[in-house]
Formats: sequence, C-alpha cells, structure tokens
Amino acid sequence: MKELMLGNAAVARGLYEAGCEVVSSYPGTPSTEITEECAKFDEIYCEWAPNEKVAVEVAFGASLAGKRSFAAMKHVGLNVAADPLFTLSYTGVTGGCVIAVADDPAMHSSQNEQDSRHYARASKIPMLEPSDSAEALQFTKLAMELSEKYDTPVLLKMCTRVAHSQSVVETSERVVPEAKTYEKNIQKYVMLPGNAKKRHPVVEQRTLDLIEYAETADINRVEMGDTSLGIITSSTSYQYAKEVFGDKASILKLGMAWPMPVQKIKDFAAKVDRLVVIEELDPFIEEHCRAIGLEVEGKNIFPMIGEFSQNMVAEKLGQTAAEGKKLDDEIPLRPPVMCPGCPHRGLFYTLKKNSCNVMGDIGCYTLGAVAPLNSMDATLCMGASISGLHGFNKALGEAGEKKSVAVIGDSTFMHSGMTGLANIAYNQSNSTVIILDNSITGMTGHQQNPTTGYNIKGEPTGKIDLEALCKAMGIGRVTVVDPYNLKECNKVLKEELAADEPSVIISRRPCVLLKSVKPQPPLRINPSKCSGCKSCMRIGCPSISFKNGVCVVDHTTCVGCGVCQQLCGHKAFEETV
Amino acid sequence: MNKTTNIMIVGVGGQGTLLASKTLGKLLLSEGYDVKVSEVHGMSQRGGSVVTYVRFGEKVYSPIIDKGEADYIVSFEKLEAARWLEYLRPDGRIITNLHETDPMPVITGAMEYPQQLIEKMEALGAEIDAIDALALAEEAGSSKAVNLVLMGRLSKYFDISEDAWMKAIEACVPPKFLELNKKAFALGKK
Repeated sequence: MKELMLGNAAVARGLYEAGCEVVSSYPGTPSTEITEECAKFDEIYCEWAPNEKVAVEVAFGASLAGKRSFAAMKHVGLNVAADPLFTLSYTGVTGGCVIAVADDPAMHSSQNEQDSRHYARASKIPMLEPSDSAEALQFTKLAMELSEKYDTPVLLKMCTRVAHSQSVVETSERVVPEAKTYEKNIQKYVMLPGNAKKRHPVVEQRTLDLIEYAETADINRVEMGDTSLGIITSSTSYQYAKEVFGDKASILKLGMAWPMPVQKIKDFAAKVDRLVVIEELDPFIEEHCRAIGLEVEGKNIFPMIGEFSQNMVAEKLGQTAAEGKKLDDEIPLRPPVMCPGCPHRGLFYTLKKNSCNVMGDIGCYTLGAVAPLNSMDATLCMGASISGLHGFNKALGEAGEKKSVAVIGDSTFMHSGMTGLANIAYNQSNSTVIILDNSITGMTGHQQNPTTGYNIKGEPTGKIDLEALCKAMGIGRVTVVDPYNLKECNKVLKEELAADEPSVIISRRPCVLLKSVKPQPPLRINPSKCSGCKSCMRIGCPSISFKNGVCVVDHTTCVGCGVCQQLCGHKAFEETV
Repeated sequence: MNKTTNIMIVGVGGQGTLLASKTLGKLLLSEGYDVKVSEVHGMSQRGGSVVTYVRFGEKVYSPIIDKGEADYIVSFEKLEAARWLEYLRPDGRIITNLHETDPMPVITGAMEYPQQLIEKMEALGAEIDAIDALALAEEAGSSKAVNLVLMGRLSKYFDISEDAWMKAIEACVPPKFLELNKKAFALGKK
C-alpha cells in the first residue's frame, strides 16, 4: 500500500517488516518518533531506556539472545552510547542489531553539529544513509539483513530532513526470520584481552568484505546523465542535486556511508569531466576520494556548516537560483520560549532574583538562558549541570557554593545526572542541585521516563522516587517546592544555598502541556489598576504584552498559572471566572 | 523545468501548523501526486517561529522550499508571513491570518511590532488574501481551529473536490472535533 510517511515512521515500519522484536531508545530530536512509532506495533517489545548507553546494551542483549533488535538516538546520544558501540563491533551479533543515529545539521534542536559518519569509520561498523522515507524503510530492512550476514551491528544514519520529512512509501508484510537459539560462546562474547585480540582481525576482514559488498550493492547507485559534471553525494544532498540538475549531471549516490567502494567511485570518476562531492557537514566522502587518489572538489565550494538547499547547490555550481523579495523592515526574531504556565518560569525568576550562577542542562529549561530571564551560565551536555557545579564549587570554594546551583530535568537526571550527584555526595562539595521535575521528558515531546510511573505505552510501571533516591545517595537535605509559589521558592533557595552540606531541591509541577493538567481560566488585566510598571513582564511570559501604556493578557494562550499575579503590586490581574 | 507546486505553512509553535500539513499531505497523495512534507519538531515548537514545507507534483526531490519558490504561503500569524516573504515566487500568493502574536523582543520592549505589513508586502507585488482566522475559528467553536479556517481559504485556489478535502480532514482530525473543524473549514472558504 502507498502511504505518506514520516522518515522516522518509515524506519519503524522497516523494523516491523524486518521482524524486529526488541527496541530500546532514549528520546532525542530528530530521532524520537522512530521509537514512538515502534511502540504502536504490539509485535515489538519497545521501551524508553534511561539513556542511550543503556539502550544499546539492551539491544546487544536481545541480539545475543537471538532476536532482531534496535536502538535509536540523536547524534549526541551516540557519544553516550559510544562505549558499548565500539566493542559491539568486536563481538558482532546473533540476531540482527541496528542502531539509528539522527544528525541535526543547522542545529534545529541540538547543542552541536557533529557528523556521525565518523563513528562508523572509527568503530568499524557499516553505516547506511537513506535520503527519503522510502529508503528509510528499505535501508532499515537491509540493515537487519547485513547485520546478520556480516555478523556486525549496523548504523542507520538519519538527519533532520530525512527524519522529519514525509514522503511516499510502499509497505509490505512483516516477516520474522527463523529464531536463533542462544548458545554460549565465550570467545566471541566475553571481551577479555585474549578474546578481543582474536576478534579484531575478524573485524578488519569484515570491513574488507563489506567494501566488496559496497562495490556491487545497488544502494550505491550510478545515475548517468550529462558527463560534463559528475556528482558524488548522499542523503538529502542527493535530493537537492537531483532537483537542480535532473539528468544534466551524472550522479553517484552512496546509500552506504561506510565503508565506501573504491573501484565503483574510480570508474564513475573516469566517466565525467568534473568531479564534485556534495555532502553536508564534514568532508567524509571527499577525503575518501582523495585517499583513493582522485582529484575532487567539495569543501572548497560547499560549507562545512549548516544545511544545504536546492538554491545553494545551484548557486555553488554556477546555476541560476530562484530569488524572492524582502521587506525593508527589520522583522523581530521569534525564538522559542518557555510556554505560558511553564513550571520552570517561577523557578528561573527566583534564580535571577538571587543573582545565582546557574549550571544548566539539556531540556526545555535551557530556555531559561534567554531574555528576559537570562538565568543560565553554562550548558554542555546531558548531566553536566551537576558535575560542572561540583567542579565550579571546588574551584571557587564558598564564593561558588553560596550562590551557585545546578538545574536539571527529571529525565536528564535519570539519564546522567545521578552519577554527578554521587560525586557530590562522595567528594563533598556544598552544592545545591535543583531537579526540575515536570513529570515528563518535555522538549522531545512528552516521553515517559523512570520517574513518571508509566511506560512507553502509557501503562503503569515501576516508578523511581526522586526524594528517596537522593537521600539514599547520601544527600541529607532534600526539599520539594512548588515553582508556582514564588515566596516558597525564594525561601528554600536561600536556605539551601546557606547550608553547609550538599542539598537537592526538587521543583515539582507537571508540564502544563500534559493532557492530565487542566488549564485554569485565563487571567485578565484591569487596566484601571495597571500602573504600567512592567513588573509582571520580568518573567518573560509570552501571554503578557504591553499595549497603550498597560499590560495585556492574551486570553487564547494564558493558562492562569498566577505567577505574574504574585509580581504585581497593584493587584491588576483578575480572574475571569 | 520544475513543475512542483510549493506551499509553505508558517506560524508560531503551538498554533497547529502540523495538523494543517498532515491534512494537505493526505489530500494531495489521494489526488495521485508525489508529495513531500517537511517540518521541524523539537525546540522550535516552543513558541518559536515554525515552518512546514508541502511540495507536490509528478516527482518531488527536495523536501524543502527555497527562497523565491513558494507558490503559496499560508501564515497563521501576520509577522510570520512577512518573515518568510522572501520565499514567495514573484507571482505567488500569501494567505494570512491577521492575528498578531508578539514575539519576545516585542514583549520585552527591545523592538516594535512592524506596522502596515500587508500594505508593504502588496507593494512588493505579493498577492495577499488576509482574513481574521481567529475570529472565524472562534465562530466555529474554538480558537484552536485556525488551521482549518486557513485550509478552507487555501482550498479556494485548488481544483480539488470538496469531497476529497473532507476525506482528508476526517482522516486527520479526532472524531469529536470533526464537526467543529468542518465548520471552520467552511467559514474559511466563504
């Protein structure tokens, strides 16, 4: 059947059709929907793991047991999972094992722009790279086959424009391969040095075998057209090149990012007058071409930064690109902001009021860094708020400890905040850690996590008690506050910063976008009471604006959280019901 | 020659632009076209400027629409229409909601919301169909139905049967909101 399908949904469909039975992932834009879509198939066991390392290890275990397994993550998630990845390359698999990694060129929703293809080369694991939804489905199934045929995990590289674009796919039935029985094999699966030494040559031979496969595989496709220009490309760059040139250029499309063929590329190069590589981010294909002795253009023309587009490809290769007209007015930017009623707002307002140094983390609350709250000093990676705060405080002593905090979400805390807290408890810095517990993984679009009490299907499951956990880890002072209550937040923050021992503040209120959270009626301003002092605007709520000398509440977006009310000295905010 | 038709749907995160693109995608596929719909999820959805690209034709390659390529820009908010104007073709059309949602630099007082945007865009040659989609959505029963009001207005410019539109809407909207959304579509089309 023909369907319009999101690239990520097509990967899930491919997993279903390939008979995959175990999926474990940690959410991360732009990879999240793969796992959410998998969870809709009852035939696949599917879970949110606490982090990507756990997810890959779960997939490894399922593969060892003989089942086809899968894990998905965003590019930076693969950094977390790199440890199991590199040795999984040595052990190989029993059941097929595929790991999807989604890059985010242009950083629509990421903290860096790393190119995951380097992981394939570094870990010596083959990587397939689809360019639309149809290929996402087809390549996922092929990845499972290659995994079993070559006894290797296989990486499936997505990117934002493939993951989050819908295009037409043809679906087919699910076929579960004959079950493999688990057999103990110490030499293959226990990576003691003595065993690993015997596996490494196997890995090197496997890469040679895969290069041979790459020479003839039809996913490395030659589309001959005009031979004055030859383009080697992959992923969405292929789509831009086809859009611009159609058959006015010859194209070698690499569906396999690693390992790359040698002879196939040389043969293609010999047939064209000018050879150009079009690839986003790093010169990965280009360097391979150089290494095999070809003269090639690439990053001398195209940038290493951001996404490409058809106009860019046209301009860089001397074609006419479409143009539009622009207004002379400067259009105010519309950056993402915390939602109206976001529970993080009151807490960040309190941090700003107390001029705290704030070690931030990854989640919606990273938006606490933007105006007017500006309440964040550093954000590095998942979990770094807590470990970073410890280092900051060890370096500065009391000068740090009395005015610095870490802020981290509930899901991020489970992901990799706990180990940092263990370090604080063990090596004793008087650090104040604030867990922003909004009862969900927010930024990626509401995924359950070990603290919410629900699994990926929304069914009740084990629930980790954050207070008990922090206490068990050796933190004596654990306090829970409601971030809608500014007075309480301020009082507790001052107490915990003053304390001469490590402490944890749990700022607890569910995300206002959760279906279980019923919005309160919107507030309205009584214009006769509003003095126009703009005190309420210090919290940066998008529902409040300033018109004709008084504040105005947008009734379509206000959820009546009442934080602004607490800042108004003139009692100008009134309830509408 | 590029025979692909390009529709951009722009707005503010949380306004329901994804439902609009989902409906369009279903509709165009049912009409036998090759279709690509590209959107960005994640951080930008948190009240930021959002854009979805819908492209259809005999064969569509790129999932995105570039500057000077859009046949239609459907805007959920006036300032967003102005922001993306450069993506419109010289003979393209903008369908925009007249509603204003202040972005953060305007809220904080760092900038003013630009005035007379419709007139200025028309002066640059853009065909503009501006409606108070929020008022019509509220008339239909919910401020959240702005997306269907705008889809109704867009439908005037396509030779696609009412029946096909209704089928696409039925496939994308939860049953309990179906009547409301059909009403919003009809009000937008009027």
